[in-house]
Amino acid sequence: MTVSAPLVSARGISKSFGGVEVLRNVDLDLMPGEVHALLGENGAGKSTFAKILAGVHRPTRGTIELGGKPVEIASPIAAQRLGITLIHQEPISFPDLSVAENLVIGQVGAKPLGRVRWAELAKEARRLMGLLNVPIDVTVPMRGLSIADQQMVEIARALASDSRLIIMDEPTAALTPKEVETLFKIVRRLREEGRTIIFISHRLEEVRAICDRVTIFRDGDKIETATTASLTDADIIRRMIGRPVADYLHRGTSHVGEVALSVRALTLPGRFENISFDIRKGEIVGLGGLVGAGRTDVARAIFGVAPATSGVIEIDGKPVTINEPTDAIGLGIALVSEDRAIAGIFRTLPVETNITAAVPKRIAPKGIIRRTVEKALAKESVEKLSIRLASVRQPIGELSGGNQQKAILARWLLAEPDILILDEPTRGIDIGVKAEFYDMIGELAAGGRAILLISSELPELLALSDRILVMSEGKLTADIPRAEASQETIMHAAVPRSGRHTVSGAAA
Amino acid sequence: MTSIDKNPVAPRVIVREAAAPRPRWQVWLIRPEVVTLLLLVIAAIVATRLSPFFADLGFILESSTYYIEFAIVALVLTIVIISGEIDLSPAAQMALSACLFGTAFKAGAPIPVAMGVSLLSGLVMGAFNGFFVTVLRLPSIIVTIGTLILYRGLAQVLAGDKSISGFPGWFVGIDYRMVGIVPVPVLVFIAASILLGLFLGITIYGRQIYQIGTSEIAAIHAGIRVRRIKMGLFIASGLTSSIAGLMVASRLGSVRYDLATGGELTMVLIVMLGGTYIFGGRGSILGTFLAAWLLVIIATGMTVANIAINAQLTIMGLLLIVSIIATNAIYARSQR
Repeated sequence: MTVSAPLVSARGISKSFGGVEVLRNVDLDLMPGEVHALLGENGAGKSTFAKILAGVHRPTRGTIELGGKPVEIASPIAAQRLGITLIHQEPISFPDLSVAENLVIGQVGAKPLGRVRWAELAKEARRLMGLLNVPIDVTVPMRGLSIADQQMVEIARALASDSRLIIMDEPTAALTPKEVETLFKIVRRLREEGRTIIFISHRLEEVRAICDRVTIFRDGDKIETATTASLTDADIIRRMIGRPVADYLHRGTSHVGEVALSVRALTLPGRFENISFDIRKGEIVGLGGLVGAGRTDVARAIFGVAPATSGVIEIDGKPVTINEPTDAIGLGIALVSEDRAIAGIFRTLPVETNITAAVPKRIAPKGIIRRTVEKALAKESVEKLSIRLASVRQPIGELSGGNQQKAILARWLLAEPDILILDEPTRGIDIGVKAEFYDMIGELAAGGRAILLISSELPELLALSDRILVMSEGKLTADIPRAEASQETIMHAAVPRSGRHTVSGAAA
Repeated sequence: MTSIDKNPVAPRVIVREAAAPRPRWQVWLIRPEVVTLLLLVIAAIVATRLSPFFADLGFILESSTYYIEFAIVALVLTIVIISGEIDLSPAAQMALSACLFGTAFKAGAPIPVAMGVSLLSGLVMGAFNGFFVTVLRLPSIIVTIGTLILYRGLAQVLAGDKSISGFPGWFVGIDYRMVGIVPVPVLVFIAASILLGLFLGITIYGRQIYQIGTSEIAAIHAGIRVRRIKMGLFIASGLTSSIAGLMVASRLGSVRYDLATGGELTMVLIVMLGGTYIFGGRGSILGTFLAAWLLVIIATGMTVANIAINAQLTIMGLLLIVSIIATNAIYARSQR
């Protein structure tokens, strides 16, 4: 580590939202030329802290010094002027504008009515992308870029404004391993140039690969700052969750029964083709692959959200027609969707309404809602899944992400499905809650349900699945028995051969 | 390095998994219906100052019949808007269905048959709107602006610009039929409010309509038959419009293609004044019920106070904007 004055020194930073203190008295120094990880469960305060530095939030108390001088970071624009850039998890860009245009948006100093010098703009954009050594055509619209490439553009933007502090909030969440490598190369280069990088991630192996120091948050308190090398994974996790975490154990496959769901030659042109597989009762079948391989589309087709144009779905050996989710639910299928915020929760409605949404017959057998039944069902679910909340009448949007996800799972458990499709069920969920989810998934399978688990986290797939299917570019490329499954065998089948995905891969 | 493990693995209860719920009195008090009620009380007090007539409930009820026709449709429109759609064609549907009624009557059909024709046309017009919205998935605001013009145009083609009259005495003058001091249209409005209020408040369909309006995609994923429910709502809107059209025909004793012209704006105004959220998912029949009376008092009050019609329009327009701002502000508060 550099032995010099810190670039940023934050003292006594506290932040409250509507009376709830989410950050308490945090002191933190960030050195020039270091990659500094912020770790902690969701809601621990790490993102809030990062957003305070980026001017998104203003601290309730505390001071920030930048390069030895006290500063007020009043807005994201002020932050940019000070040389601080926040790179969002899902890059916020203007999808219909070109890469070059996106690169200069938000740059200060342009005259409102000044003429746009397109040639210069493109030249500058090419220079910036050249700094990153990433082959992206700056004239194409952002829309066509992969998330990884969009992130590269965001990073290039940070370089354009010559940022001293670059904050990356879960930059790798949507990236493939190859893309992560490219990102890391660039991060290392930025570090060598003496810039400071804040790296927020849930993935410890990435933190280990790239971060010099880590700061662990829990419940709004800073627990510890230490060099990455001085802590083991177990140390870090223990500090994050405040309790030791038992490794989730695979339950074995002894209880596997009849074929519950059978899919034959399912095809939806442009999304997936010729998908065939079986899932047995009591079996957890993993479905791996890169983002965009068509896994979610297959799930949506089985559930009737966007039905396949050809192919057969059989349940308990009988062919069925599924045109809409109502049909699927009637046949005992449930889907916990990948996109909780849009396809899962009713944000402003009470938790109880959210939990009972898929079982109208149970709460209103004759069309009139029976409030006592509804309340009882909701409370039962809350207890069973230990959903943490203040009241079942509370809007679900006030709950943390993990608890929202539990409520959605509770919704589907009430429907008592025989076949449960889980699409990225633990995305964006704290490590502690994840372990609870793994237990629940195991129990559900042990109870005789057939489970299709879609996940981009290989350790999760490996730990939970009895069998792992892999998709690549809309095709099923592997069906790996548990004994032979490893990160390598999955990735081998997941990486496409035709080269369509290699735009960003080539940069690695 | 700073603090080394100041707080080693203390088993502490995680308290911030969810934000604290807001106090119950706030949930109850800070809602748009309360604003509507407050405005209603203020309007009533101001109006009584303006004219002693306003102290007389009978006067208010009698002068309400013009607005009550729109208010009845506004009840259904409230539900449509809660579901995340909008229907701007009801006033035109009132005109076309009433003209069909008049034409059928002129062609020699007995009144009950002519009424049947009118109600059926309401069903068809509603289903036509619903088809574009649920099957072709077009935005309802554009679809119903289109059919607003289409239906009004058809009414003119059908009836020309002459009025059709000569209905038998028993059909004419619904607004003069009283139960106690309450005119029949007002009674219909009150009954419809109670029924639709219960429908929205305690049935599973009501619940699902709120869910659809909150997040249509989530509703589809939860197995709610979104398209079927929306189709039903558009048909209900058409049917109710044709009933309102018949009430106008009875009140006026004649029908013309320009019947209820501009009524769609009055309906939207009532729904918005009642605190229904223009983007769907929130609102109530109670709010619309209160807002209908607020409108009656303001409109009659302005007439009694001799405010010119064009100035009245200006005030209505302002009222609409203010009510949308107030509703949005309240919902933004509770959304966080």
